[in-house]
Formats: sequence, structure tokens, C-alpha cells
Amino acid sequence: MQPSPAQTPPRANLAGWLYVSPLVLVLVPFFVAPILVVLLASFFATDGFGGLTPGFTLASYVEVLHSALTLKLYLATIKFTVLTWIFTLVIGFFVAYFLVFHVRSQLLAIGLFLLCTVPFWTSNIIRMISWIPLLGKEGLINQALLGLGVIRAPLEVLLFSDLAVVIAYVHQLTIFMIVPIFNSMARIDKKLIEAAIDAGASRFDIMRLIVVPMSKSGIALGTIFVVSIVMGDFFVVKVMSGGGSASVVSAFYEDVGVLQYPTAAASAVLLTLVLVAVVSLILRTVDIRQEIAR
Amino acid sequence: MSAVLTDMPKTDMSKSVAPATTKAIAPSKGGRPWTFYVLATLFSLYVLALYGPMFCIYILSFQDIRGGLVFPMKGQSLHWFVDLFTQVRTGDVKGSFDRSIKLAVIVTIITVVVSFLAGLGFRKRFRGDTAVFYMMIGSLVAPGLVLGLGTGLLFQALGLNASWYTSALGAQLSWTLPFGVLVMFAVMSRFDHVWEEAAYDLGAGRWQSIRLVMIPVLAPGLVAVVLFGFTLSYDEFARSLQTAGSLNTLPLEIWSMTLNVTSPSLYALGTVTTVISFIVIGASLGSIVLIQKKRGSSAKG
Repeated sequence: MQPSPAQTPPRANLAGWLYVSPLVLVLVPFFVAPILVVLLASFFATDGFGGLTPGFTLASYVEVLHSALTLKLYLATIKFTVLTWIFTLVIGFFVAYFLVFHVRSQLLAIGLFLLCTVPFWTSNIIRMISWIPLLGKEGLINQALLGLGVIRAPLEVLLFSDLAVVIAYVHQLTIFMIVPIFNSMARIDKKLIEAAIDAGASRFDIMRLIVVPMSKSGIALGTIFVVSIVMGDFFVVKVMSGGGSASVVSAFYEDVGVLQYPTAAASAVLLTLVLVAVVSLILRTVDIRQEIAR
Repeated sequence: MSAVLTDMPKTDMSKSVAPATTKAIAPSKGGRPWTFYVLATLFSLYVLALYGPMFCIYILSFQDIRGGLVFPMKGQSLHWFVDLFTQVRTGDVKGSFDRSIKLAVIVTIITVVVSFLAGLGFRKRFRGDTAVFYMMIGSLVAPGLVLGLGTGLLFQALGLNASWYTSALGAQLSWTLPFGVLVMFAVMSRFDHVWEEAAYDLGAGRWQSIRLVMIPVLAPGLVAVVLFGFTLSYDEFARSLQTAGSLNTLPLEIWSMTLNVTSPSLYALGTVTTVISFIVIGASLGSIVLIQKKRGSSAKG
């Protein structure tokens, strides 16, 4: 493996594979294999006590697809995903826009950007339960509203409801929109905007014709993160809805809890297919690998 | 998807902004446009909503024995912190804390080494690189609970015992590695190949050029990978749930507490674990700044 700057393609292939081999050696047993195991398990029969009988049956799929619950779960999941996506996108876009175009000192912009990212590196569960003292029946928001005389009885929809679920999602996931959108916006040449202004473009034209199209890759990346996390989540739904709502994965969790592995696996395979379809649809609009490496 | 964005400001912006009055959307000096104030308010509210709830539970964790889950504060003491580490009903906080730190350190070391090597590999195209890349993206976006279940079943089928240092370690790596490699992508894109070529021209071998040129130049990026590796592992939950075996990691302990414990102990644990996260974040960001500063001064002097 002596260096030769002008490498021949076969050697480049070998060197490339040597460098990524540790990554592949982790991802094959801990990503590819588990997915295949789940796929396999979805075709197995069960004795009802967690034991799996190897074989090939579509019974689990039939069960999942025939149950009225499945449709309800998917509708609930889609509802949460769409609501969370809209809120994170709007907030994330404008926060990134503010940091890139309105904060004059670059150092301050980076500082404020870090301020937004710090909670990402702390515990999700803790950030979620931290809404309890605010949204609860005796929480701060209810106390404040009662104190102001806006309401007479405490609002119960604030906590353990769909509203609380969406609040927790938006709280956790807006960062996944801010970072990629911030990155693509920061790459927009300010001269381009000045030229547009000199040519008589309005603020709205600049937004529509320059900023939004040039942030598209960031929006796409953020969307992939938000959609895949919300669709794959179960614990926010479980805790914040107080058990009142369910999503596809929270039902999966219940199935696993009662050792219904094949049904759980079949539902997981369906969810993965839906996710792959959504993500590849988004990927058609943008080449993320090129975007990240740029 | 951009329909949502473009439709939103349409109503007010196009009417109120005449071309003559706008010289720039965000002028670099002079008066601020009205949009600055609107967006600054939005930003402040966002930051407030981001940190506000967290600070509420930190404050509430310092109540005395009468304390409850909501305001107002009842007294001040460290009662619930002591309770956390001494009471049996709150579970094995100490043990899980210990395991989580150890696991996070192991995950971090592996993540840094593997991500760095993969970052080097992805600089040049090679046959099959796209497949590896999408495998990584798949590992990032796959539902953690499903992956965890698959890993758990796989270990069961192979007759291996699931434990935090085998199956949970692997399951966490499937989460931290994609982040690590993506950070390396961003870092590598700013690395000037001229430096590496210069090292080769001066007679350095491949390993020497990595050790003496690339690692020092990329140091801040590697610290960022450390930050991601440690914090993502330390707080990882969904992938560990089915893979940690009989001994809990800290997030799993917190999870079981959210279901059973209704005392400020829960908040005290939140405060403790966030302090650890903040120390790691502070140390990482601090050392990045320090490296950059050192570099700036040695470049000048």
C-alpha cells in the first residue's frame, strides 16, 4: 500500500474498500442483518409465547393488512408526520434565514447557531418530560391562563393529547431542519441577492426566486430526517399522548411486548417500505451525497 | 414541498414592500428592515421554547421533600438528588449511569476511528461507494426500535446473550457511525489536497501523511465526531431497548422511571444527565475553539 498519487482505478477501488471496510463490518451485522432478520421473522409462524417456527406464511401480513387498526395507525402517523413537518419546516426555515441573512457578525451567527444545536446533544427523553411542568393540568401555562382570567377551568388538552405529541416533536426536531437549511443558505452568494435588488426584485421575489430554490437541498435533507424520525418514533407518542394515541411503531412496541414477533415484523416491513418510498421520492429532487460533500 | 413556503409570505410582503423603499433585504449597515424585528422575535421565542422547559425541570429538581411535579417550588434542598442514588424504588441509577458512560466512551473511540477511515475512503470514487453510502443513510433513518428488535432476534437466533457491551454497542454504532461519517464528509470537503500532495512530494509515506498532516489539520473535525459519538450514544434509547439485555443503560432507566416514578427524582436525574451532556459539549466546543486559536496565533508568529 505505498502511495502513488496517480492511482490506477483497480487500486483506487481496493484502497477505497480498505478504508470503508470497518464501516461495512459494523453496518452489515448491525443494520443489514437485523433488517433481514425482521424480514424473515415476518414470514414465520409463532407459538404465541415468543417462539418462532421457521417457515413461510403470509398470515402476519394478511392479519396486519386486514385489521382496521392498521389504517387508523397509519392515518395517525401520517397526521403527526405532516403536522410536525409543516411546523419544523416553517420555524426551521425562518430561524436559518434570520441567522444567515440578518445577523451581521459571522461570529455571533455561529454562536447563535450553536445555541440552537446544544439541546440536540442532550437527552431527548429529558427534553420531552420537561414539558410536564408547563403543560400539565396544574402546569405553568394553565396557571398563567387561569391567573389572567382567560379560562375558568384548566385546559386538559395541553398534556397527554395529540397537541402535546406535536409540541414535543417540533421541540425535538426543528434542529434537524435548521442545520441543513442553514448550511445551504450560508452558501448563497450575497452578491447574487444584491444583484437581484439592483435589478429591482422585491423581497418576496428574492425569497421565491433565489433563497427558496437554493435552499432546496437543505429542505430535502431536513425533511428526510424529520419524516423518518417521526414515522419511526414510539416513545414521544406513548408518553406525550398519555397512552391515548398510537402510531405504527408504538403498536409495534406493544406487539413486541406481548411477544407477537411475526405481526410486529410484518408491520415493521410495511413501515420500512413506506419510509423507503417517501425517502426515495425526496432523494429524486436532490443528490444528497454531492450536497454534503460540497 | 416549497409550496408551503412560497405561499406564506405572499399576502403581506408583495403589497407592503415597494421596490423603492427596499435597498436590501438585510443591509450590512444602517437601519434594519422590519423583517429583522419579526424574525428576531421568532428566533427569541424559538430559543425560549427550546431551553425554557429544560430549565423548569432543573429548577424543580432542587425542591425539598414536599416537592411535586409542577410549580410552585416547594422549598429548596438536594433531597431528590440524594434520593436518586440511595432509594431502591428509583432503580439502579448508579449502575446504569456507570454503564452508560463506559459504553459511550467505547462507542466514541470506535466511531472516531471508523468515521475517519471511511471519510478518507469516500474522498475518491470507487466501485460500490454509492451502495456503502446508501447503506449508511439507511442505517441512519431506519426506525431504531425495529433495528433493535432485529438485532435482539439475531443474537437470540445465534445463541448469544444480549448485553450492553455487545449487542447494544453494535446497535448504537449503527446510529453514531452515520453521523460521524457525515461530519467527516463536511470536514474533508474543506481539506485542501495540496497539503497531502506536498507531504508525498517531501517523501512521506501514506501513514506518515495521515499522522503528521491530515490528523493535525482535521483535528477540530475529529473533536466534532467525538462530540457526536459520545452524546448520541450516551442518550441513545430506541436502539438499546431491545438489545441492552438485563442491565439497563441510563436512558432506559429514565424511560422506566417516566412510567413509574412520579416524584422530582425524575427531574433530578434529568438535571444530572444534562450536566454530563453539557460538560461534554462544553469540553468539545472549547477544545475546537482552542485548536483554532492556537493555529491562528502560530500562523501569525
